[in-house]
This record gives sequence, structure tokens and C-alpha cells, in this order.
Amino acid sequence: MMQIIGTWIAAGLTLAIFSFLYKDNPFYKFAEHLYVGVSAAYAILYVFYFDVKPLLYEKFLTEQGAEKWILFFPAAFGLIMLARWIPKISWLSRWSIALTVGIAAGLGITGQIQGILLPQIRGTLVPLTSVNNVIMVIGVIATLVYFYFSIAHKGAVKHGARLGMVFIMVAFGASFGYTVMARISLLIGRLHFLVYEWLHLVK
Amino acid sequence: MKFFEKIANIDSRIIYLLLFIVVLIPVAFKLVLPVRVSEPVQAAYDSIEKLPEGSVILFSVDYDASSAPEIQPMLLATLRHAFSKKHKVLLLGQWALGLPFGEIGLNEIAPQFDAKYGMDYVNLGYRPGYRAQMVGMGREIRDFFASDYKGTPVDSIPLMQGIHNYNDIDLLVGLEAGQAGDEWIQFAGARYGLNIIIGATGVIAPDMFHYLQAKQIKGLMGGLQGAAEYETLVKHSGTGIAGMVAQSYAHLLLLGFILIGNVGYFVIRRRKQA
Amino acid sequence: MKKEIPLAITFITGLIIIVTFFIPHQPLGTMQQRLLLWYSIVLGFTMLLGMDSLLRSNIRKIAKRSPGWPFALVLIIGFLGTLIVGIYTWATSESLLSLGSSFMYVYTYFIIPLQATMFSLLAFFIASAAYRAFRARTMEATLLLITAAIVMLGRVPIGAEIWDKFPLIQDWIMEVPQMAAKRGIVIGVALGTIAMSLRVILGLERTYLT
Repeated sequence: MMQIIGTWIAAGLTLAIFSFLYKDNPFYKFAEHLYVGVSAAYAILYVFYFDVKPLLYEKFLTEQGAEKWILFFPAAFGLIMLARWIPKISWLSRWSIALTVGIAAGLGITGQIQGILLPQIRGTLVPLTSVNNVIMVIGVIATLVYFYFSIAHKGAVKHGARLGMVFIMVAFGASFGYTVMARISLLIGRLHFLVYEWLHLVK
Repeated sequence: MKFFEKIANIDSRIIYLLLFIVVLIPVAFKLVLPVRVSEPVQAAYDSIEKLPEGSVILFSVDYDASSAPEIQPMLLATLRHAFSKKHKVLLLGQWALGLPFGEIGLNEIAPQFDAKYGMDYVNLGYRPGYRAQMVGMGREIRDFFASDYKGTPVDSIPLMQGIHNYNDIDLLVGLEAGQAGDEWIQFAGARYGLNIIIGATGVIAPDMFHYLQAKQIKGLMGGLQGAAEYETLVKHSGTGIAGMVAQSYAHLLLLGFILIGNVGYFVIRRRKQA
Repeated sequence: MKKEIPLAITFITGLIIIVTFFIPHQPLGTMQQRLLLWYSIVLGFTMLLGMDSLLRSNIRKIAKRSPGWPFALVLIIGFLGTLIVGIYTWATSESLLSLGSSFMYVYTYFIIPLQATMFSLLAFFIASAAYRAFRARTMEATLLLITAAIVMLGRVPIGAEIWDKFPLIQDWIMEVPQMAAKRGIVIGVALGTIAMSLRVILGLERTYLT
């Protein structure tokens, strides 16, 4: 029974949001506000259930000696992040931001070099024995030339940049085609729900 | 004259209605078309197929309801494949709002293969931290996931005995709707040599091909079509295959819109110039 | 001090992470693992950051009976209702994720349809945008349009029914020219990210402190 009521609620909310396609209306506004409220509460619960509880509370219970008390630091950094809520001490939150920014930047440097730069350059260093390899290598270099703004785009550089533009347009077109596919899939998902989970109840 | 002006200025609501109808009809009448399997999806399939029985596969649920219609069928198809080959499944998520999709998937597929929680599969849950967590797990998973999604200590779960870091994991199936896929590739793949296959939304799938060519990932499923191809390979039709006719018709409709939009535009422009 | 301490924190943590990449031995290895854990913990708290302004502005709207206040009330009721259901589930169920729990009921029948439908609207908007804005005005735009059309046909089964070469051309576009351009872009982005990260660690880039 609860499942049937739930499916009707879900269908009602789905149609309320679709109604926006006709024009903005109170049903849509209702669903939109409900979505923001419900997902905000969901996020708060998840922070406590999957962050504070296992990484702070449970670790505090199980760790021994100094390790136990070291947990005071991340807890403090987490709490002072919330100092943003209080204008007088909001500057304190910069300490927490500095911590996350520092770690993210440190990981970013090594990650980008090891995970992107080197393997991607290695992937480009292929024998030019096939047409595809030649096109690929030219495409990579031309795209890099297009984005290299430190020199004036004149002469050979201009032609290189123009060729880069061709490759970039092909890439954007491909991305657009894939994006269309993605958006349509989402609509298929919703209509699938309406037809098979809701309307079969109506029948 | 009037005709071309009209086709260059169709009301949006008519476009919406046509799209709605074109998608609804194939969905409602369960129309299907044969699905051709592309190389990147075949490679993803082979990565699971060739693992010896009992290998450990980590699934990362990095999406939520906003892209679940595309990626959930990939999760179901790859889980089906993994359980059918008697592999062990670990599941976690990088997106807080999407983690339940992992649990829904496990609960749907595991019983069909008689897989038992704690013995054959484990849901580790979610932890914030993305890249930091991915690097940290390379040393010890327990530092981040000391307990599973229910709060059961990982050390008391039989499947987790002997699983400490990426050395004990044979493959990562990253199901991606955003940045987490790139981070897995950088921080678990490049840094620790973890083998990775990616299932990605249509929006980010084009940004995965350079990883595929550089062999940073072993295989790739892109969008609902990718899901349909994997469903074809595991010989179990799901919402991927079921959606392909609607997907096809909608693409044709959109191309039609682009065409008449351009025809109207150019005819009017030429007349203005004349 | 309001600037120096955060700059020092960024410098020290960034440096430890980089040095540990090359020398993962003790005590650096443990120190890095600890920092990574701290990062995860603190990042969780950032999810709470927007909450106060969200709640405060909506409560104020209700109190002042500003236009549209009933919707602000819907938001607050949705928020409190979900919070109560979540706490109840936490106290009585095996897990917040347990299927069949009241919290998962809210997830399945409220969050999924709301979020999924919100995003499915994009299908309609992209159709309308394709019709209105996708014009072959220049050579570049024409190239983009043709590629998009081939990919849209080659990527779905109907493409092969129309012409069996569409899927093959689509595969080639994705794997060769498309991939080459994306690679060029990511190499550029990687260089930019590395430079930016270095500037952040060295304290030359400080916009994150404002």
C-alpha cells in the first residue's frame, strides 16, 4: 500500500515539474521548493552519518593513545569552517579553507603530472605509420597551438591555430551530439517510470 | 514567404510536445532495434570476463538521480556480469546523493546469483574527500572505511579479510557523472596502477577517449547506448536496450528541427538580402 | 595574522603532500595519510555551509509574509520532515541506506522523481535550443553541426539502419579527431593547473582567502 501511495506521489511530483514546460506555475514552484528542502536535509544527515560518525566519533572510540587526541584537529578544522555563519569570526574559516586548498593543490600537482601530462604525452608519441596516428598527432599539436596565446597568431602559427580550430569544432560537435543523447536518456527514464510504474497502477 | 517564416518560428511548446510524443510511443510500445557493440564497450566487458573466478571488483557509484537513467543500467549489467563470473564485489560512492542507487542495484542483482552479503559483496558506503580518499585508500582502505554502510566493522566482514588497498583489488568499475572519474584515473590508476573501466554519462564520455587511447582505462561505456551494448553482451535486456528506439527517434526529430531551423533561417536571410 | 596563518597552513600541507609523493617512507607516509583523512573530514563540513543562508532566508520570508512565502514554507517543511524521518531511521534501522526504511522511502518517492525530472527538462530545452540557435552561419559552425549530426546518428541503432557506415564514422570521429582535440585541451589544462597549484602553495595566489 505504502508503495502505491509513494508511486502516486512520485508521479505527481514528476508531472508538477513537467508542467513548467507549459509555463511557470505554482505546482512547479511547490515541487522545486520541496526538492531543495528535502535534499538539503538529506545532505546534512549524510554528513553526520558518513563523515562525523565513522571518521570522528567511531575513530575516537577505537583509536588508542595520541591517535585518539589528534582527532581533535580535524574536528576543530571542520567546526571552524562553520565560523562563516558568524560574521565576527568568519575569518577563522580561512584556516580550514587553507587546509583543504593546500592538500588539494599538493595532490593536484602530482596528480596532473603523473595522471594526465605524462601518460597523455606518451599516448601521443606513436609511430606515424598510419593515417589515424598522423591525424591524431597533428590534431593534438594544432589544438595546443590554438590555445597558445603567448605568441602572436601570425604566419605558420596562424595556420596551425586555424587547423586547431577545425579539430576543436569537431570535438565540440561530438560533445554536443553526446550531450543530446544524455538529455534524451533522462527523459526516457522519466517516461519509463510514468508508463511502467505509475500508469500500470492506473490500469 | 509566410511558410518559411512559420517554420523558422515554431512555438517552443510545439517542439516540447513533439519530443514528448516521439519518446513516449516507443517506450510505451516496447519497440526494440538491434544494438551493435562498439569496441570500447567490448573492451570493458572483456576486462571483467577475463578475470579469474573470485577476483575482487570495486564499484564506485559516482552519480545521482540526475543521471541515473543513463548509468543505473550500466551498474546493473556490470554487477550481473561480475556475480555471474563469481567475482567479489566491493561498492562505494563518491556522490552522497546517489549512494542509494548502489544499494538498490546490489539488492536487485545479488539475490539472482545467490550472492551473500559479507561473503560475496560489501557496500562500504560513502565518505567525503574524493581525491584525498582515493590516494589514502591506496595505503589502507580501513583508514577511510573502518566500517561498512551499516556501521559493521570491516574487520569482522569475511570478504574484507586480506583486502587492504588497491593491490588486493583487480578492477575498478567507475560509474561517472562528473569529475570523480578523472580523479580515479589520476589518483588510483596512475599512482597505484589500478585497472579501471569507466561507465560515463553522455556528457562526459567524450572526455574519456584520450584515457582509452593512452590505455589509462581498459574500457568505456558511454551514455545509454553504452549501457544497451553491455546489456547485449551479458544477454539480459534492461532499460538500456528498451530505451534505444526512443533514443533513435528523438535524435531524428532533433536533426529534423535543426534542418528546418536552418532552412527557414537561410531562406529568410536570402530574401532579406535580395 | 589573519592572512599569515592560512598561508602557512597551505604551504606546509601542500609541501608535505608533494614531498611524500617522492618519499612515502615514515614518518612522512603516516603524516600524509593523516592529512588526507583530515581533508575528507573537513570537506564533509563544507556541505553544511550553504544551509544557514538557505534556511535563514526562507524563514525570514515566512515571517515577513513576503511574496511566495507559502513556497518557502514548503521548503522548510520538506527540510524538517526529511530530517525527522532521517533521524528516526537512523535510530531504528540497520542503516540510513536500508531499503524499506522510511528515509529510503523519502529518497525513492521524493528525491529521485524530483531530481530526475528536473534534469529531464533539459531534453526539451536542448531540443528547442538546437532548433533556434544551431545555424550553419560560418565554416566553423557548419563543421560543428555536421559532426554533431553524424555522432547523433552513428551513436544510436537507427543510424546503422539508415546507412551501415554511420556507426563506423562516428567511432572514428570519437577516437581520432575528437580525441586529439580533447587531448590538446587536457594537456593545456594540466599545465595550467600545475602552475596554479604551485602559485597557491607558494602563497602567490591568494584569492581563496578573500
